[in-house]
Amino acid sequence: MAGAVRWRLAALFICTLLATPAFAQTGAVTARSVAQADNGNWEMPGKNVAATRFSAMREITPANVRNLRVAFTASTGINRGHEAPPLVIGGTMYLVTPFPNKLIALDLTKPGAPTKWVFNPKPPTAAQGVACCDVVNRGAVYANGRLFFNTLDGRTVAVDARSGKLAWQTKLGDIQRGETMTMAPTVANGKVIVGNSGGEMGVRGWIAALDTGSGRVVWKAFNTGPDKDVLIGPRFRPFYAMDRGKDLGVKTWPPGAWKIGGGSVWGWVSYDPQLRLIYYGTGNPGPWNPEQRPGDNKWTTGVFARDVDTGQAVWFYQSTPHDLYDHDDINEIILVDMPVAKRMRPVLLRPARNGFFYVHDRRTGQLLSAKPYSYMNVAKGIDPHTGRLIPVPEKEPKVGRVVRNICPAAPGAKDWNPAAFSPITGVVYIPHINLCMDMGALEANYIAGTPYVGADVKMYAGPGGNRGVFTAWDPVHARKVWEFKEDLPLWSPALATAGGLVFYGTMDGWFKAIDQRNGKLVWQFKTGSGIIGQPISYRGPDGHQYVAVMSGVGGWAGAIVAGKLDPRDGTAALGFVNAMKDLPARTDAGGMLYVFTLPR
Amino acid sequence: MSSPCRASLALAAVALLGGCDREERDSRGQPVTETVPAGATADTIYPGGPSGSTVTLSPKAAAYENNAYHIAQGQQLYGQMNCVGCHAHGGGGMGPALIDDEWRYGGRIEQIATTIVEGRPNGMPSFRGKLTDTQIWELAAYVRAMSGQVRKDAVGARTDEPSNTPPLTQTRREPIVPGEDATP
Ligand code: HEC
Repeated sequence: MAGAVRWRLAALFICTLLATPAFAQTGAVTARSVAQADNGNWEMPGKNVAATRFSAMREITPANVRNLRVAFTASTGINRGHEAPPLVIGGTMYLVTPFPNKLIALDLTKPGAPTKWVFNPKPPTAAQGVACCDVVNRGAVYANGRLFFNTLDGRTVAVDARSGKLAWQTKLGDIQRGETMTMAPTVANGKVIVGNSGGEMGVRGWIAALDTGSGRVVWKAFNTGPDKDVLIGPRFRPFYAMDRGKDLGVKTWPPGAWKIGGGSVWGWVSYDPQLRLIYYGTGNPGPWNPEQRPGDNKWTTGVFARDVDTGQAVWFYQSTPHDLYDHDDINEIILVDMPVAKRMRPVLLRPARNGFFYVHDRRTGQLLSAKPYSYMNVAKGIDPHTGRLIPVPEKEPKVGRVVRNICPAAPGAKDWNPAAFSPITGVVYIPHINLCMDMGALEANYIAGTPYVGADVKMYAGPGGNRGVFTAWDPVHARKVWEFKEDLPLWSPALATAGGLVFYGTMDGWFKAIDQRNGKLVWQFKTGSGIIGQPISYRGPDGHQYVAVMSGVGGWAGAIVAGKLDPRDGTAALGFVNAMKDLPARTDAGGMLYVFTLPR
Repeated sequence: MSSPCRASLALAAVALLGGCDREERDSRGQPVTETVPAGATADTIYPGGPSGSTVTLSPKAAAYENNAYHIAQGQQLYGQMNCVGCHAHGGGGMGPALIDDEWRYGGRIEQIATTIVEGRPNGMPSFRGKLTDTQIWELAAYVRAMSGQVRKDAVGARTDEPSNTPPLTQTRREPIVPGEDATP
């Protein structure tokens, strides 16, 4: 059995932490060219710059996971959505909270992991009003003795990991114009890569690289506007004709609309150190009402590859030209090496918001495959020659009429919460959602610092009645390996381990472990609040494997609880409340860290 | 009496029994008031104030509050000024719910008007200079209508939006101050 062979070889690879060139010839999928060997830490949300969310630790397995129990817990004292992962560096764990974005250091070497220090960046309270979908933060990143993270009011801060003292801070976003920062930075080649949020507030999206030492802006690229602002120059070679042309960031918009056109960067940035390219997706165009922005609305809802040192664009692929449904393209980008037509190729994998699982050659942007991994009725497919999404015309929202049964809904087939990839199985584990919506378009007015949306939305469960889905996807053959339903939308990312498990959480507070082979539930624990946080695994100071996750419901899906919204109005939280009316009866707010290990 | 009122009287006199003043509209002469209270106290957040519901509605505020024309204007402004983007149709989102029975800064029309003019610390923008005082009163009247505070014959039976939010005529009245009698 090829699978068994692959398993064994890969296990060998993990044990020895070697990168023997011969391994590639087995045909297994690896992230070897990008991911570092596992040192037992968890230093960035995606685990590595390839964003695999894979831990090489194997102590906890399907056979013994039923003994898993709580090692310690810690409260953050905050009642908003906790989307960030704990980070572990040596004997210290770091938590970054939702607004007010405290950074908490816990001493793992002492019983009960007491607090070492708390860093409070004190963002102004007004910032809360312009955070579109709860006041979340998606995490910090560690490099060279410092932690880097963003604050809701638009600062990137660097904090000394030992002392908890501010090393530098750089103000980048302006809440007066609706700009916040919620994404987790990526550190690549001595630079902290960050971007803005605010696609619902008429911001102009950008990504910037700051020097890790000083916080100085090395480069900044906008995702709309003239080529010189977008850092499009001689190196730019998009694979498809639809993405070629001069100043498309201006010409694919009505006059001036690009200045408030969105394309924010609130998701994930991956990095290939060999190609020296960063990869990230851009957010939705604004306003949601598509009639106000005829054209392809470049460079929104697509993927950029940029040179890490200069920011110069190398390629771009627009997943959703002229987005109709808020299908941001900001989801995680997993970098792996995988056989395509019997030849190993450096690819990137994208379980995208619009419901397609994309595989691109990461050197050129060429589309190698794009298959739906979730239910959809708004797109017929992707033209293999032009690379262009083929929309279903009847589903186009128009002013003055409500279009019903749009699937997937605004949060897409999957929102921000990343999938995990195991190089042992070669499978991508995707926690995602099954929601449809009714949408009516309205004329939106731009008023700085207020929403620029122009849509009335109501969401509800898609076919089958389940709001969540967990899908294991084989990227080589572009097909499902297994899948199961979850009642509530899955808003928590996945963690895959070499022990053969996948961990994820549900919005009513269950933290679950499933068997990678078949998706069977093998362990679960009920935490105090709904889980939308990123699970991680690390080696503790005692040499043993731990699994950790933040509990604390919120985010867009959980805004009904975190923001105490009124379920009688289904359009609340941009229409998400309609699909979540039962949530307040099933969980309540409250940020709490849970750490698990096997009994000894 | 204004002409729309006379026309509707002719068409549906029964429905309008006693409801005529709800359509009152000062198209000529002085607007109802040009001053928005600069600091109507938020009686639900400051302890130590006078006990009981001591806030009395000024006659001018009352003129907006139960006036169908002003409420309808307020509803349009609520969409045009992007209140709807943050508060949805009262259920909330980036901002708190406005149809529930919890008021952080007070639910009387003066207090709501103050909220709109001044803004509030946790992210409510100030609309000072962006709206006329009349418009602010109209918005405040509409916000009150969303939680059922105004007379049922003064609110529109259907909304202007294409969405299917329940009509204001069916909105249950929510108490303004905790413990207060919710029946109008
Ligand atoms: C950018 C988002 C945003 C916009 C736009 C906005 N609000 Fe608010 N609003 C908020 C937030 C956030 C709060 C809570 C402020 C606080 O608690 O300090 C709030 C509070 C309020 C309150 C007080 C509620 C209470 O419980 O006391 C009222 C009334 C209100 N807004 C009405 C409006 C109206 C009317 C408009 C349009 C003119 C509007 N808001 C526009 C975000 C917004």
